[in-house]
Amino acid sequence: MVDTSGSHSNPLAQSQGMTRRQVWGIAVLVIAAVLIWMVFAQWPDWLNSILISKKAFLSAILNGLTLAGLYFLVASGFTLVFGLMRNVNLAHGSLYLLGAYIGYEFAEWTGYWLIGVAAGFIILAVVGLVMQILVFRRLEGDDLRQTLVTIGISVVAADLMLAYWGGTTYQILTPGWLSGAIKLPVVTAVRSNGTEVFLVYPFYRLVVLLSAIVIGIGLWLLINRTRIGSMIRAGVDDRDMLSASGVNVHFVFAIVFALGAGLAGLAGVVGGSALSVAPGEDVRYLLASLVVVIVGGMGSITGAAIGALIIGLAEQIGLVYFPTYGVVLTFVIMVVTLAIRPHGIMGRSM
Amino acid sequence: MNINRRTLLALALATGMSAPTLAVAQAESIKIGLLATFEGAFTVLGEDSERGAMTAVDEFGGKVAGKDIEIVKGSSDASPDSAVRAARKLVEQDGVKVLIGPLSGDEGIAIKDYAKTQPDVTFLNGSSAAQDTTLRDPASNFFRFSTDGAQWMAGLGDYAFNEKGYKTVATVAEDYSFPYTQVFGFMAEFCKAGGHVPSKSWVPIGNKDYSSVIAAIPDDVDAIYVALGGADAVNFLSQYNDAGGQAPLIGGSITVDQTVLTAKGRLHDVLVGTPAAGPTADTNDDPAWKEFSEAYKKQNGAFPSPSLFAHAYYINMKAALLGLQEVNGDVSDGGKKLREVLSGLEFETPTGKVSLDENRNAIADMFLTEVTEAGDGTLVNKLIKVTPQVNQTLGIPKDEFLALGAVSRENPSCP
Repeated sequence: MVDTSGSHSNPLAQSQGMTRRQVWGIAVLVIAAVLIWMVFAQWPDWLNSILISKKAFLSAILNGLTLAGLYFLVASGFTLVFGLMRNVNLAHGSLYLLGAYIGYEFAEWTGYWLIGVAAGFIILAVVGLVMQILVFRRLEGDDLRQTLVTIGISVVAADLMLAYWGGTTYQILTPGWLSGAIKLPVVTAVRSNGTEVFLVYPFYRLVVLLSAIVIGIGLWLLINRTRIGSMIRAGVDDRDMLSASGVNVHFVFAIVFALGAGLAGLAGVVGGSALSVAPGEDVRYLLASLVVVIVGGMGSITGAAIGALIIGLAEQIGLVYFPTYGVVLTFVIMVVTLAIRPHGIMGRSM
Repeated sequence: MNINRRTLLALALATGMSAPTLAVAQAESIKIGLLATFEGAFTVLGEDSERGAMTAVDEFGGKVAGKDIEIVKGSSDASPDSAVRAARKLVEQDGVKVLIGPLSGDEGIAIKDYAKTQPDVTFLNGSSAAQDTTLRDPASNFFRFSTDGAQWMAGLGDYAFNEKGYKTVATVAEDYSFPYTQVFGFMAEFCKAGGHVPSKSWVPIGNKDYSSVIAAIPDDVDAIYVALGGADAVNFLSQYNDAGGQAPLIGGSITVDQTVLTAKGRLHDVLVGTPAAGPTADTNDDPAWKEFSEAYKKQNGAFPSPSLFAHAYYINMKAALLGLQEVNGDVSDGGKKLREVLSGLEFETPTGKVSLDENRNAIADMFLTEVTEAGDGTLVNKLIKVTPQVNQTLGIPKDEFLALGAVSRENPSCP
């Protein structure tokens, strides 16, 4: 009896674990099925009346995804730098804005948008390198001073940029092959005469989303599959130990900082083409990446991706369905995350 | 920005030693505070408003009643609290007795409330154009020689319905008092003419991504009324273009202002042909306007034509200077005499005669315009029609007008 009960309890416990996983699996399947149905089915009237229209809903989702892509590009550099150096770089937004302006200048000068993008990345990577060598290396180990210095840099940079580029709103023109809208194979409505109305979406935004995914995968491969990546990961876990094992930590720091700054500059050009470039963008993107990184977990690329996804979707859905209180939504998400997981969704205690 | 200001404060304290010499200088000069948005999303607008104000100062040769005019600038970021902070600094630290500003709607209401606590200071509006800055619960020392956002819309609703033939219009506007006022002004006429507004979108100031808002606009409206300003307008318009937007646009006063028409980007196609109304028209061929336009262009970084912000700040600054001239620059009585003069002041502006009503809000001519391409490729607002001497109640008896209720997201409504 005792034996049987003992042997019973074990499979029971196992099957409980299985059922829990199964429940999750079924939940995910159901949600996926509902989403697929929402994308491809023709909506009944009650659903249209709740969510304004299928077109509005799907556009909000797509916009949320592309905005998430942009946020991810900015926040990934931010989170990398923080993870490795414990340095909250509050000048990260200024790097974004500077990248956008430089991209604009180069695109105007050469006439090639791609050169603008490349210039935004390369020049900002150099700027990041200079910042790391001239400023942060001198203040190493003094986190508070480093952070305060970055605030100072961001204030000075904002005024210098305002002095040079003025307050005008710039728009980086995308080349012809990237602009315009395309029809997605999704029917949003059927007209009374039977013709189908397809969802129309700006092509450039899909490119933004795609490039964010590609860069995200690239970063993940860099960090998880390369030698420099393993150094970075080791540095995130234990900086001193990494240094003691013969790795030139300063070199790793410099690489990461340049990469982070370059990504911010790249995001500036890409974002400045999708939206626009104007003074004040620096603070906006700094705030966005702070929220993204806090929600996702400091120092984690996957966390930045998840955080960007949540914040991007929340912002767009909020904007369409409750515009007055939409702004609050992002911060509610942040507060809830901090209450439940103080280190963020993918974060670890430091 | 806080740090910025704190540093300034520290500097101000450090230079406190030189205060005696400054006091000597003060005897010869008249200090006028100039409050505008020199930071944030409305920076361009703030910069142009300064050009307008300085055009008036230059017109007086930098002197009034034999004393030098000393302009002390204060900067806000279009939020009411930053405006009040800047005004307090100008009034309580710099000691200005006359203050021109602010630029934007909610700021105006906040400054009006602040004005009540400073009865010895004379406040003249900048370009802020919310209705309730002067209509309900006004401050006795706050003067608005520029008009409000509902007045600016005079003629547009009629034109859209009768001339353009738009029967249904969706609105997209920023979520604060000035766009409420503009939408009110447009709908007052449009709904009366028989039009319908089935959908109104209110978006936060400084919003960048409008594509979701654009997608939520019903497909079956005849036109979209857009009341957004500065960078917001540029973002909306270029994204509307990218999304393949088909419906024609109707512009709020600041949506098709020079600050937007000169922005760098692909706005040209969506903007040409857009009707709008406001206190100025670029192609106005009145000699007074041309003269003003030429004087304005002497300012640094001026647009091809003065924006309505430059215009509003010019008018208010000019009113202040005319008033100061009349009282011989004497504000030692707490500005009482100056305010008496201002209340009765009536003068010719580049856009016609301006006088004040009993709430100290201007009565002035309004201009119905349409965006066209000028010979040199720049976009300008072509004058279509002038609506003479529009008052704050849009010609409706005051009791009846007040009964329509305060402007808000829901008021007015004609779905």
